[in-house]
Amino acid sequence: MAQRGIREFDAKRLLARFLPEYLEDFDYRGEVALIGPETDLDRTVSENPWILEKRLVVKPDQLFGKRGVHGLVLLNASWDDVREYLSKNMKREVTIGGVRGVLDHFLVEPYVPHENELYVAISSDRDGDTIYFSTQGGVCVEENWDKVIQMHVGILDGIDAADIRSKLPASPDAERMARFIEALFRFYVDLGFTYLEINPFTLVNGKIIPLDMVAKLDDAEEFWCRKRWGDLVFPEPFGRSLTPEELFIKEIDAKTGASLKLTILNPKGRVWTMVAGGGASVIYTDTICDLGFAGELANYGEYSGDPSTEDTYHYTKTILDLMTREKDPRGKVLLIGGAIANFTDVASTFKGVVMALREYRDRLRENNVKIYVRRGGPNYEEGLRMMRELGSELGIPIEVYGPETHMTRIVPLALKGE
Amino acid sequence: MSSRPDYILFDRNTKAFVYGYQVNAIQRMLDFDYVCQRETPSIAAIINPSRSGIHKAFWGTKEILLPMYRTIAEAAERHPDADVMVNFASHRSAFDTTMDALRESTIRTVAIIAEGVPERHARIIGATARRAGKVIIGPATVGGLTAGAFRIGNTAGTIENIVACKLYRPGCVGFVSKSGGMLNEAFNIISRNSNGVYEGIAIGGDRYPGSSMLDHILRYEANPDIAMIACLGELGGEDEYRIVDALNDGRITKPLVAWVTGTCAPFLPASVQFGHAGAKADTAKETAQEKNRALKEAGAYVPESFDGYGDEIRNVYEKLLAEGKVREVVEPQVPRIPVDYSKALSTGMIRRPTTFICTISDDRGEEVLYAGIPLSEVLEKNMGIGGVIGLLWFKKVLPDYAARFIEIVLQIVADHGPSVSAAHNAIVASCAGKDLISSLASGLLTIGPRFGGAIDDAAREFKRAYDSGLTPEQFVNEMKRKGVNIPGIGHRIKSVKNPDKRVQLLIDYAKRHFARTDLLNYALQVEAITTAKKGNLILNVDGCIGILFLDLMASCPVFTQQDIDDVLKHGYLNGLFALGRTIGIIGHILDQKRLGARLYRHPSEDIAFMLPEL
Repeated sequence: MAQRGIREFDAKRLLARFLPEYLEDFDYRGEVALIGPETDLDRTVSENPWILEKRLVVKPDQLFGKRGVHGLVLLNASWDDVREYLSKNMKREVTIGGVRGVLDHFLVEPYVPHENELYVAISSDRDGDTIYFSTQGGVCVEENWDKVIQMHVGILDGIDAADIRSKLPASPDAERMARFIEALFRFYVDLGFTYLEINPFTLVNGKIIPLDMVAKLDDAEEFWCRKRWGDLVFPEPFGRSLTPEELFIKEIDAKTGASLKLTILNPKGRVWTMVAGGGASVIYTDTICDLGFAGELANYGEYSGDPSTEDTYHYTKTILDLMTREKDPRGKVLLIGGAIANFTDVASTFKGVVMALREYRDRLRENNVKIYVRRGGPNYEEGLRMMRELGSELGIPIEVYGPETHMTRIVPLALKGE
Repeated sequence: MSSRPDYILFDRNTKAFVYGYQVNAIQRMLDFDYVCQRETPSIAAIINPSRSGIHKAFWGTKEILLPMYRTIAEAAERHPDADVMVNFASHRSAFDTTMDALRESTIRTVAIIAEGVPERHARIIGATARRAGKVIIGPATVGGLTAGAFRIGNTAGTIENIVACKLYRPGCVGFVSKSGGMLNEAFNIISRNSNGVYEGIAIGGDRYPGSSMLDHILRYEANPDIAMIACLGELGGEDEYRIVDALNDGRITKPLVAWVTGTCAPFLPASVQFGHAGAKADTAKETAQEKNRALKEAGAYVPESFDGYGDEIRNVYEKLLAEGKVREVVEPQVPRIPVDYSKALSTGMIRRPTTFICTISDDRGEEVLYAGIPLSEVLEKNMGIGGVIGLLWFKKVLPDYAARFIEIVLQIVADHGPSVSAAHNAIVASCAGKDLISSLASGLLTIGPRFGGAIDDAAREFKRAYDSGLTPEQFVNEMKRKGVNIPGIGHRIKSVKNPDKRVQLLIDYAKRHFARTDLLNYALQVEAITTAKKGNLILNVDGCIGILFLDLMASCPVFTQQDIDDVLKHGYLNGLFALGRTIGIIGHILDQKRLGARLYRHPSEDIAFMLPEL
């Protein structure tokens, strides 16, 4: 659960669909089309007839900015130009801000010739939300940051008390802008946004048209906003596509009340971790990096919130499968770590771990895997006993420690033998 | 509002509400109270929106009753001395319930356990509480604990752990972390390296916790019983800089041992989302490295890595000890908490003879077992109702023809019109406005020696006669001599000339599928004699079912002699009648309900009134 970026496509779609509920005369029509690797272009055209009628813009829609700077925006193009652009760029690997990734989603929308570029954004902090507004938007907004008007709306105060109109610079459009900003704020609150930026938007014949949008939603709002969000997906950050194993764990995570997380950092790494707890897992990772083994670290992950035996079985199996795919002459280590649990039943979570270890006995031996366990909490004696017995049963070195041993002590033991 | 100073959230007299019927957490809180030798339980009442009443829980070896209310308002009104609510509401209702609690003037502190509370909800809760001078712990936390005084929910886990970490009595260290999992680990570390924990709070791993680490640190600073403070931060957010400011401007004067986790982040791809929603550094300032550096510069005791956290606490504690600012604690006698029966049983510590035995089904596993066979296999193999009866009544996998025979019997006895006793009674009950189950019961209760109950008797009598070697003539004569009608012989309407179709169907099936029908053959010889005397003394359907069932068992190798004896002794066969007829009785009841039938009153003219003349 966290703040999640959404595609510009979805941001504009939501804006066009729902802003009119707060601003009657808002008539941006949300002419946007999202093109992915599997999209049938003919169908896109038939569903979006404006594509053949208007000049177009095409740009990547994958949660990264500065697309113009990277020469990835095609302006004032015909549909044929767009197709050519797509054939050149779809599935192309690029490096953006040091992150390598594959371009695979593009936004197509009408090209809007314009003169003025305005800026509006809303961000959140503990005490409220801040509205940013500038009549000098676009790529230069950062240079002209002193011209940006900032209006803080206290979390308990609401937009009505903010009197936006009085804070905007005098201009013939001020009244319209104030109404737009107020409506945008209500839209932001009601649809579960945690960040929203329209930079720039423009006015053409008195109509507000968003040209570029960035937005984040709070995925914890799903229960309240599901209907209005529609079939929205949260894309992974650019350059970060989920492996099938990560996807599998993510799906299990979504189904249970417990928490299961897995990120593969380096599938060839020799150091694998399976740590219970969001806090403890970070500390184990810290310790591994402190000891100079960051380059050998294969994964980050955690399980917590009293997962079932079945959940831990699948989680363990996934990790064991990944870590025994390619042999390393130096062998590998698996750290089954954790703090002293409050209410997670150690024996029952370890039961699932044991089942998986038993199943992977041969592959663990072939890969020369050493296992280190440290854990405490409800039923930990039973859980640790199971692990100790398993070591001799399987003929795999498993060293087992309880709460009497410092939580991260197994890290140097495993990595440096000391 | 309570009379406690602001810096004390919980003491030995704190009374709390538990929102949500969390039986385990409730017991853990009470067990903690007990080992702390509190005079009264810390739970004033449970708030359970779906049920009011009482909850029975243990207080040591005794049992006590806790009141349970549906609403926070009612609980608050009845228990004005409770100033804490431990809120176990789900992420969907955490907001409304917490806001309700904050509206009660008597509730000062709310701990929100739920994960996944929307950020806006958390921000509104936090701001509302601050405005009212109240305290929120959480969301997304296990809570916290004041040693020797009060425990929020599941904090610190088992009672063994609480004893091991000496949490039943206060030490001198005030601790605060984001992580709930690390809170318990910190209790362990602190108890090994000092005279123990005074209080530990986990503020929760979300981006906008209702109270900050600094809020709690400042309470610890103000509390004269706390000599030193420890905190465990995390990358992401700027909370730790508020602590830095407080160190710099002198609001924190007590020694502070601090560590910020997440020093690994620079070695990992920027897109890794750690377990906590708030654990993400968006700027250089939010990294663990920068925060640790700033804390150290401001005068906090910051170890080289988490490994040194305990040592740092020990150093500070020993310094305070040497300066005479703290003293070792005199250990109190700790009352023992009895082992829970279920736990003792599961670990094999105790045994107890069982009261009941069940040999036919088991629902404890993932799937219910019928006589050892999983339900899914019953369905996959198309075992049908006959097969299920085989499993649950006889504990046998029946051959198809036998299962099919049972199904034929059920179909044959399913209904016999509205006039027979069972249907009639059920209809009258239904017309009196009784519900389906009551009406069904009133119908079923008519089944007995005169109605539907002849199956067992017929089977028993014919088998006795056959086994004892009586010829059909001898049998008929013997019964006549005793003046007893032969059970299973005779029908009110049907006769030799008007044969009972149902009997024909059963006999045809048996002749085709059963290896032998010895008892039926015997019964037909008996019938030949009785019908010669009177045309309606035919083998009736009850008799036929009973007799054929015994033939089935005698000729089918899955059954033993013991099985046959059991069937006769325990009245299995009337069970078949009751089961089959239930279908028809329910049909009649539903029929009456659909028709909107009115109360039935039997006409007086159909009753002969013949009262005695006294």
